Amino acid sequence: MSDGIGARVKRKEDKRFITGKGKYTDDIRMENQAYAAFVRSPHAHAKVTGIDASAAEAMDGVIAVLNGAQLTGDGIGNIITGWAITSKDGSPMNIGAWSALATEKVRYVGDAVAVVIAETQAQARLAAEAVDVDYEELAPSVSTAKTLQDNQPLVHDEIANNLCFDWEIGDEAKTDAALSGAAHITEIELTNNRLSPNAMEPRAAIAVFDSAEDHYTLYTTSQNPHVARLVLSAFYNVAPEHKLRVIAPDVGGGFGSKIYIYPEEITCLWASMKTGRSVKWTADRSEAFMTDAHGRDHVTKARMGFDDTGKIVGFKVDTIANIGAYASLFATATPTYLYGTLLSGQYDIPAIYGNVKAVYTNTVPVDAYRGAGRPEATYLIERIVEKAAREMGRDVADLRRTNFIRAFPYQTQVLLAYDSGDFDTVLDMAQKAADVAGFPARKAEAASRGKLRGLGYSCFIEACGLAPSAAAGSLGAGVGLWESAEVRVNPVGTIEILTGTHSHGQGHETTFCQLASDRFGIPVENVSIVHGDTDKVQFGMGTYGSRSGPVGMSAVMKALDKVEAKVKKIVAHSLEASEDDIVIEGGEAKVAGTDKKMAWHEIGLAAYMAHNLPEGMEPGLKETSFFDPVNFSFPSGTFICEVEVDPETGVTQIVQFVAADDFGTIINPMIVEGQVHGGVTQGIGQALLEGVVYDDEGQLLTGSYMDYTMPRADDVPSYVIGHGCTPSPNNPLGLKGCGEAGAIGAPPAVINAIVDAIGTENIEMPATPQRVWAAIQATQMPVAAE
Amino acid sequence: MYAANYHKPSSLADAVAALASNEDAKVLAGGQTLLPTMKQHLAAPSDLVDIRGIDGMVGVSVDGDMLTIGAATTHAEVASSADVKAHIPALASLAEGIGDPAVRHMGTLGGSIANNDPAADYPSAVLGLGATVVTSKREIAADDFFDGMFATVLDEDEIITAVRFPKPAKAAYAKFPNPASRYAMAGVFVAQTGGGVRAAVTGAGSDGVFRHTGIEAALSSDFSPDAVDGVSVDAGDMLSDIHGDAAYRANLVKVMAKRAVAAAG
Repeated sequence: MSDGIGARVKRKEDKRFITGKGKYTDDIRMENQAYAAFVRSPHAHAKVTGIDASAAEAMDGVIAVLNGAQLTGDGIGNIITGWAITSKDGSPMNIGAWSALATEKVRYVGDAVAVVIAETQAQARLAAEAVDVDYEELAPSVSTAKTLQDNQPLVHDEIANNLCFDWEIGDEAKTDAALSGAAHITEIELTNNRLSPNAMEPRAAIAVFDSAEDHYTLYTTSQNPHVARLVLSAFYNVAPEHKLRVIAPDVGGGFGSKIYIYPEEITCLWASMKTGRSVKWTADRSEAFMTDAHGRDHVTKARMGFDDTGKIVGFKVDTIANIGAYASLFATATPTYLYGTLLSGQYDIPAIYGNVKAVYTNTVPVDAYRGAGRPEATYLIERIVEKAAREMGRDVADLRRTNFIRAFPYQTQVLLAYDSGDFDTVLDMAQKAADVAGFPARKAEAASRGKLRGLGYSCFIEACGLAPSAAAGSLGAGVGLWESAEVRVNPVGTIEILTGTHSHGQGHETTFCQLASDRFGIPVENVSIVHGDTDKVQFGMGTYGSRSGPVGMSAVMKALDKVEAKVKKIVAHSLEASEDDIVIEGGEAKVAGTDKKMAWHEIGLAAYMAHNLPEGMEPGLKETSFFDPVNFSFPSGTFICEVEVDPETGVTQIVQFVAADDFGTIINPMIVEGQVHGGVTQGIGQALLEGVVYDDEGQLLTGSYMDYTMPRADDVPSYVIGHGCTPSPNNPLGLKGCGEAGAIGAPPAVINAIVDAIGTENIEMPATPQRVWAAIQATQMPVAAE
Repeated sequence: MYAANYHKPSSLADAVAALASNEDAKVLAGGQTLLPTMKQHLAAPSDLVDIRGIDGMVGVSVDGDMLTIGAATTHAEVASSADVKAHIPALASLAEGIGDPAVRHMGTLGGSIANNDPAADYPSAVLGLGATVVTSKREIAADDFFDGMFATVLDEDEIITAVRFPKPAKAAYAKFPNPASRYAMAGVFVAQTGGGVRAAVTGAGSDGVFRHTGIEAALSSDFSPDAVDGVSVDAGDMLSDIHGDAAYRANLVKVMAKRAVAAAG
């Protein structure tokens, strides 16, 4: 079937997106709609000593000016973090109170203290400028590396040393012993740079309160509308779940930043009730830079020990993870169970110990961003392994092969058990595609032009398909991480798939439909998906961690199993045959070995007419499944990056980028390649271009595209992509997930290539021209001939 | 954006009168800096005087070795002008490299040099070619026109009407773009002119566009990339920011000067 699994079906959703007909939150207009504008702190750290809204309240169009005291007074709960982490001494993590509108203190530039509701957006914004807030400025703590020090200001007065938790994983004594006996030890110190997520569509919300029904509807830019409803209801006391409908319509990119339930959505819901108006808020790009949860921001020291054959004997890691001013929804899970558990990489490492201190600073919250923890682990492992190879005079690929895991399942020393993989084959594939053998000649040719060529590897593995609920629960998760699906076959035979995952660019409207097309041999046009509305879809945990395929599609498969079983019963009954002889293919059900058959639309009709169903069978053809995986899935791959550095300017050009992945089964190669292109581009962005900078006062210096460098088309090469395939045994399709691999694997490949080119390890991300030039100057390498 | 009164005069006299009679009035040409600044509430002029409807403000004309470009001529018009390409190809190529297509089709020569953004491209060409700025009041030599970052010698009610560029023997512009904004982090316009070799630097200097006398001296005796090698560029005169410190910019000035000389042929 041409529309089935493995087919390059063009994206069904693109017609509306590329013709400008997508319907995003900001496109929606409600009756009686008013606009919210937030009054935000210009200071990174200050006491709020007074708010005078009288001038603002008198301005044209202003309906109300509301503040944090009113919000908490109405019982709106503090914002939660979703994952409880226990420190190594057994104490619970330290959580600072986070009110949607700050009351006593502001803790980052952009922290909201009040909201203006007005008739127009312009009126709301003008009035927000006129709200007079008295601040008593406090010294901020801004630096990830320094915030734990005794002399630093406290972000939350009650939390000593700004420490959220001091967590450990692995066996420290065993690791120390292994390192003490190592023939060679490689040490590294590195920073994983802080990133701004920059979804194309800024966050937005419309809150609609119906006073007659005491019912709320929230349209919002969410990756997980059911989770938003759950949290808004259970923790923020907005309304009970049956009185709260959350709709996430077309959403223009998330990358993690739209998982979280932010102060603005909560405030809009509450303000809608307070004012009796529908309340709309759309962030502008400046607000997005200032208030969207950032990503990464680690400072790490690590040591890796080797025996005299190059076999890794131990790996010890010490990380400080900045979570910003408040602990956001996944902020505590990201630097722990999504980072520490991946410290074995693709390697058989007998002793691992990781210590992670999560710290508060006077900066916007830091949370999961495409890859979430796994890029941080991969960057560390793949930098230190290549550094070790250079120190030991080993080929960087051979040293990896010396340590590859080759037997699966493989139990790491850091909780996770890898499902499957074939790292040698994928590395072979990448080396061949990258023409590694021809590299010395290319390097020499580049040198003749005064350019420095380098080749860098990244062999990554990640845990995707979040997640087995019981495992997540035992590690402190506040929710289960199963997924649900409902498959509705209509009387005319068309199919609707209701999924609890959410598409904000991933192409679910196409790939999910391919599953049904594949199963029953019907055209993909006859299948559609329903998602993003808590009133329509049964439940679901949303989309992040590349879980829509391994978890969400698995639920669809199980529901399809049930539909198929019922169809066979109906057909067998109608055609007076045995169920076991019914074969469904090409859009019809046949009795094997005969010419008896029913067309697909006849089956749907039979189920709903119910004139002739097997005795005891309920009418209709609609099945639901909840799927809870038994393990994560573990996509892996090898990326090889080749760069050419201009030593005069420090400019790095990526001349070739090979991405060889193992995603298990692939539903739609075109969409998977698109995910790889986007992910690698974001990874290159992190490696070369992107970096959030706060100054010592906590002011955001990279608050616009004038200063925050997003990757552009001319910053990246045409990618060379290959796929290995070891299907995951943990889900019915053998899927592993592909959404984050590029962003996870690319940064170390790029930086390793630069290190190879310029001959020094002393380069941090983003490796801007200035930094690369300065690194070259520091090595006092002769500047290439003109 | 705060409310502002919009004027679209059809004559220069009316435009000058509108500027003079409103204390916080601003000239609007392409609006590529002014309008975003207003949208961010960083500027709040009471009145906008749009000069694009004034006769003679747009277009390119040639008189012997003198190229005259109307102040409201867009970057795209300069970039695609056969006259500019024939007489001063370096200027067409500079215009072609400003901003993006949207900016180039709105932004104007006069607007760029009146704003004198320290990272704008055009000021280096005006200074590097020894052009003359023609205004509603007078003619101003390029060497006298620019007055530090975002500053010129223009009076509040003075409007640039055109810029006259003498045809150089050789000229080229090389810039190193800021990775984020793609404004010049260091742009060097070199020219062999009737008045000698000129080398104007934009993007890098701590006080806006300037002529680098050391580069000019070196190129005067030997107009070749290698001649720049021995020149000292003082980092103390350079801007420093998150994208590039002063030492890096000083290096870029030399590298871009060499590349400009190489491109000038």
